[in-house]
Amino acid sequence: MIAAFRIPGAGRLKQAETTRFSFDGQSYAGVEGDTLASALLANGVHLVGRSFKYHRPRGFLSAGAEEPNALVEIKRDSARKTPNVRATVQELYDGLTAQSQNRWPSLSFDVSALGDIASPLLSAGFYYKTFMWPKSAWKNFYEPKIRAAAGLGVAPDQPDPDHYSARFAHCDVLVLGGGAAGIAAALAAAETGVRVILADEQADFGGSLHFESGARIDGQDGFAWAQAAIATLNAMDNVRVLSRTTAFGYYAQNFVGLVERVSDHLQNPGRDLPRERLWQVRAKRVVLATGAIERHMVFADNDRPGIMLASAARTYLNHYGVAVGRNVGIYTANDSAYAAAIDLKKAGVGVAAIVDLRDNPTGSVIDEARALGIEVNFGRAVIRAGGKLRVSSMTVQPKNGGGERTIPVDAILMSAGWTPSVHLFSQSRGKVAFNDETKRFVPGAYAQDCVSVGACNGTDGLSATIDEAYAAGAKAAKDAGANTVKGTKPKVDASESWSRGMLGAAPGAGPDTTVKAFVDFQNDVTAKDIRQAVHEGMRSIEHVKRFTTNGMATDQGKTSNMHGLAIAAETLGKPIPQVGLTTFRAPYTPVTFGSIVGHARGKLFDPTRKTAIHPWAEAQGAVFEDVGQWKRAWYFPKAGEDMHAAVDRECVTVRKTAGLFDASTLGKIEVVGPDAAKFMELLYTNPWEKLEPGRCRYGIMLREDGFIYDDGVVGRLAADRFHVTTTTGGAPRVMNHMEDYLQTEFPHLNVWLTSTTEQWAVIAVQGPKSRDIIAPLVEGIDMSDGALPHMSVREGRICGVPTRLFRMSFTGERGFEVNVPADYGQAVWDALWAEGQKHGACAYGTETMHVLRAEKGYIIVGQDTDGTVTPNDAGLDWAVGKKKTDFVGIRGMARPDLVAKGRKHLVGLKTKDPKVVLEEGAQIVGDPKQAIPMTMIGHVTSSYWSENCGRSIALALVAGGRDRMGETLYVPMPNGTIEVEVTGMVFFDEKGERLNG
Amino acid sequence: MAKAAAKKSAAAAPSVERRPALAGQELSATGVALAVLPPAERISLRAPYASVAALSKALGVTLPRKPKTSAAKAGRTALWLGPDEWLVIDEVGRDPLADCFEMTVLHSAVGISHRNVAISVTGPAAAATINSGCPQDLSLDAFPVGAASRTILGKVEIVLLRTATDAFRVECWRSFSDYVFTFLSEAAGDAAA
Amino acid sequence: MLLIRCPYCEEERPELEFRNAGEAHIARSADMAATSDDDFEKFFFIRSNPKGIIYERWRHMHGCARFFNAVRDTVSDRFLMTYKAGEPKPANLPGAAK
Repeated sequence: MIAAFRIPGAGRLKQAETTRFSFDGQSYAGVEGDTLASALLANGVHLVGRSFKYHRPRGFLSAGAEEPNALVEIKRDSARKTPNVRATVQELYDGLTAQSQNRWPSLSFDVSALGDIASPLLSAGFYYKTFMWPKSAWKNFYEPKIRAAAGLGVAPDQPDPDHYSARFAHCDVLVLGGGAAGIAAALAAAETGVRVILADEQADFGGSLHFESGARIDGQDGFAWAQAAIATLNAMDNVRVLSRTTAFGYYAQNFVGLVERVSDHLQNPGRDLPRERLWQVRAKRVVLATGAIERHMVFADNDRPGIMLASAARTYLNHYGVAVGRNVGIYTANDSAYAAAIDLKKAGVGVAAIVDLRDNPTGSVIDEARALGIEVNFGRAVIRAGGKLRVSSMTVQPKNGGGERTIPVDAILMSAGWTPSVHLFSQSRGKVAFNDETKRFVPGAYAQDCVSVGACNGTDGLSATIDEAYAAGAKAAKDAGANTVKGTKPKVDASESWSRGMLGAAPGAGPDTTVKAFVDFQNDVTAKDIRQAVHEGMRSIEHVKRFTTNGMATDQGKTSNMHGLAIAAETLGKPIPQVGLTTFRAPYTPVTFGSIVGHARGKLFDPTRKTAIHPWAEAQGAVFEDVGQWKRAWYFPKAGEDMHAAVDRECVTVRKTAGLFDASTLGKIEVVGPDAAKFMELLYTNPWEKLEPGRCRYGIMLREDGFIYDDGVVGRLAADRFHVTTTTGGAPRVMNHMEDYLQTEFPHLNVWLTSTTEQWAVIAVQGPKSRDIIAPLVEGIDMSDGALPHMSVREGRICGVPTRLFRMSFTGERGFEVNVPADYGQAVWDALWAEGQKHGACAYGTETMHVLRAEKGYIIVGQDTDGTVTPNDAGLDWAVGKKKTDFVGIRGMARPDLVAKGRKHLVGLKTKDPKVVLEEGAQIVGDPKQAIPMTMIGHVTSSYWSENCGRSIALALVAGGRDRMGETLYVPMPNGTIEVEVTGMVFFDEKGERLNG
Repeated sequence: MAKAAAKKSAAAAPSVERRPALAGQELSATGVALAVLPPAERISLRAPYASVAALSKALGVTLPRKPKTSAAKAGRTALWLGPDEWLVIDEVGRDPLADCFEMTVLHSAVGISHRNVAISVTGPAAAATINSGCPQDLSLDAFPVGAASRTILGKVEIVLLRTATDAFRVECWRSFSDYVFTFLSEAAGDAAA
Repeated sequence: MLLIRCPYCEEERPELEFRNAGEAHIARSADMAATSDDDFEKFFFIRSNPKGIIYERWRHMHGCARFFNAVRDTVSDRFLMTYKAGEPKPANLPGAAK
């Protein structure tokens, strides 16, 4: 069954192909190719939404992306709910479900529309004024109620089940906008053979050819020519044609963001298709063919459903075959609305009258309208619209005052003229220029390698547009490197011409009225609001914008900017160019978070790094912790063990027999070259020249400011080769720091750095039985204490694979770190584990590693230091080469504040009650009875229960800490103050005998 | 140079199993196929230009001096990564570290065979797949066969080598290989568009 | 995203491959330990932060990994030129007069 307002035979859709959809629970029929807007209009539905602030009933203003009113929620399922979808852009599919927004209990009866009556409270700048007092009203009324009442759609409350893809693309010529101008430019560029991308936001190319019934190009109807041209372009290997693709942002050096809506128009997209595809395009040249947007007339109650742009009504008629009413009125200040009247009249729709604000316009369209018997009134204004949920009349008055006449209508089609779409040009940092003759801003000074053509450049008429666009496309290709031009320019056989129009408020909404004549429909800004803003002291158009919200948010002033500016200029008594245009912001139309996030969700949100030994730990039931991007085994609970029990057992086992620990994540850097030792001397505080090959040293790295930056054990493999280890988290920045100095400060040194973090899997075997576990598997290394003393390194083989075997300890026990090529890490671990089992060894995780090192007072950079700790503060003066004349940090370390008395020292703390474990980060005071706020003299950096010590242990940074040995200090906590004693940092085996035990 | 580190070892073959990351993983989608490549011998080679001729001779492949290029001979490929840096990959089991071992010219050779994992991306949609996360221009004009570069894929660093018109080798660090393979797999599903 | 010409790779490459590394031409003293407090302050803490032409260091981190210098206009974000580390501060800037 054909819908009531669908005109048989009109438009380009196949009217037999019907599609079911629902809006606010009611079922309707549409036609394949419809937008939600055209389908609703075909069913006579105009009322589709409530406005942002006043909850006024709203219908369709436009037929495109500039739509400020008809924002709906599209719901596919409980998770797929998209708010604020422009019904004029949403393509219909069978089963589409849409809902109106911002209304309660229903669209036709909205309680909050009382806001319209209370609107004096909500005028310009209301949130700066109305909601000031009383204070209690904030909590109880303003915040919950007003915020709930004002607003648009509701964000979905479930994770987005769709997926989004992304692509970087490069081309020679990027053409943005696929109307006549864009197509002509793309044809010219494509014919030269250069790489061309042509994008348009609509489903079909053609732009204004969708409605311009008077256009004929190359002997065909304009729209048909556009489709043929697109087919030609699509067939070319060097061209990518993207429909449903919005260029939302124009960034530096011709970098343009495009979002392609891949599946929002499909009934069953399937799981393979992304919902949207983000194209990040780098183009040598950009051609902007973004067209122009028709402006509405600013008069009282110009927002009633049924009042729309004249070109929109033409689009609905000429493309979709839909009449927007049965008896329409026209209100215009330029010629283009006449074409709407003519097209509608010819299609059998009643045209009540044309009201033209101009005094004595002439032209063929005026003659044609008259010839069709349409009443034409010059020098008159529509001063008000009648009706509430749908326009019912227009009241006409001579523009300089006089008798009123009310004409019944069911739609008003308006046109105040056309605004060139300079959004992308402006985003490219181009400067717009005001053309005083045509009263419009057009591209002025360009900031990037781009060019504007057609309506967005202020070029009128199809012939001139195609001439300009074709030439620009060819030139862009040439500038991008093309050398052959062989195409033929499309020939315009017939076209329509647009003329000027007016800016600002029409007479019925002039300076002396306070009627609601909307300038910005989406943000509910009226002509009165703009004037009020100026009266209240706003002088800059940027201030007027923020005070009134005109042209803000998702709308970006597509229909409102010029009117708002003109009203502000008039009120200020200044010419428009002196007031200036506000900056257009990206995105041009809203962009989903999904398309920005792209692939970076779930597993791809951030890389998860796992060691070669990870699968073993996982199989053992290890609990993992995140250390940067790495997953590290935290502890290995046995059946029935909680974390404490597991860690206590692991700690005791390592000291009693031995433990295996996966240390693969440690950063590793190989420093190679004849000047390797010289370089190490400069990057670390320690002396290196005299370190024998085969020996290791604990190194400290500072920043130039003298603070500890990283630490680690360094093994000298040969005179010219060091194996440097860094902290797990510090590996990338330490490498960058070393490269920086090597390349820019010490480039004379013959030395090179290579990251080997991932070349080696590292298995720490620590404990009195560690040598017994390793020795049976090792070939070619004498493991006796004499041949392999503490802090030495040897190369040999283990389990038949090459190893760098370090004798070193981060536990205070006899210990080794077995480095093997990563792919062998798992197998060597298995072999060591099997040996370890014979001795009762355990696997231990990072928590036990932390406890054991704290028992020995070994620091962890980044936990016990925080970027403001010097080697002296940390008690590591012994690691600073006293005879050295230079190293990074040598001067910073000597700054007055860094050598002053009273600096915080790293010390040990023992709680008076050994069972109490301090909280890391807890603050320390000297006198618990002092007045609040107390003077904090330090804080706890590390704190653990030590099963080996049978008590709690802690490290802390305390002012003058080393001079407070034995002193009692206090840690105030919510449940009471904890007494602690300042001690040395070594809690276990103070003499260090166990390193050889 | 650095003889201590690069001992030629005549020791027996490893007695334990080698377990490369992602071994054998494959994926195929419209227009593109992914495969984790078998282990290869690799070194990071650093040297001033004065040493290039001698090192090229020792390695049996001419170290390229032009940015973003590579050279290959008999299963061994040298990729220019920086003005004094090459990634040498040997796919036929000859250790380039051993070839540099006797060289006395100024250089640094560090074995990184286990540090990297290689994934092949092949098919007409191979470039589109990689361009899903790599911002470089991968057209044949800008990135011809043999072109090689360190670059970005999504959130990680890769080394990219074009081995044929429709084929790339993607090298990344071992622990990033899961991310890279997953990223490429997801991208492959949309690359034919 | 900016395009930055790497003087070592001899072509423009996407910004994602690069890291900014602060102001350029701030020399570390050859006799660091003897630097006065005032000179150390200037060397370590004081940066020019101009509105307009800035000389800065970049690293082609995920490319050739080289540090190099660049001249950039902080107002337009436009790179006037890039040059290798260690090369002198350029006397003439292409396009700076425009």
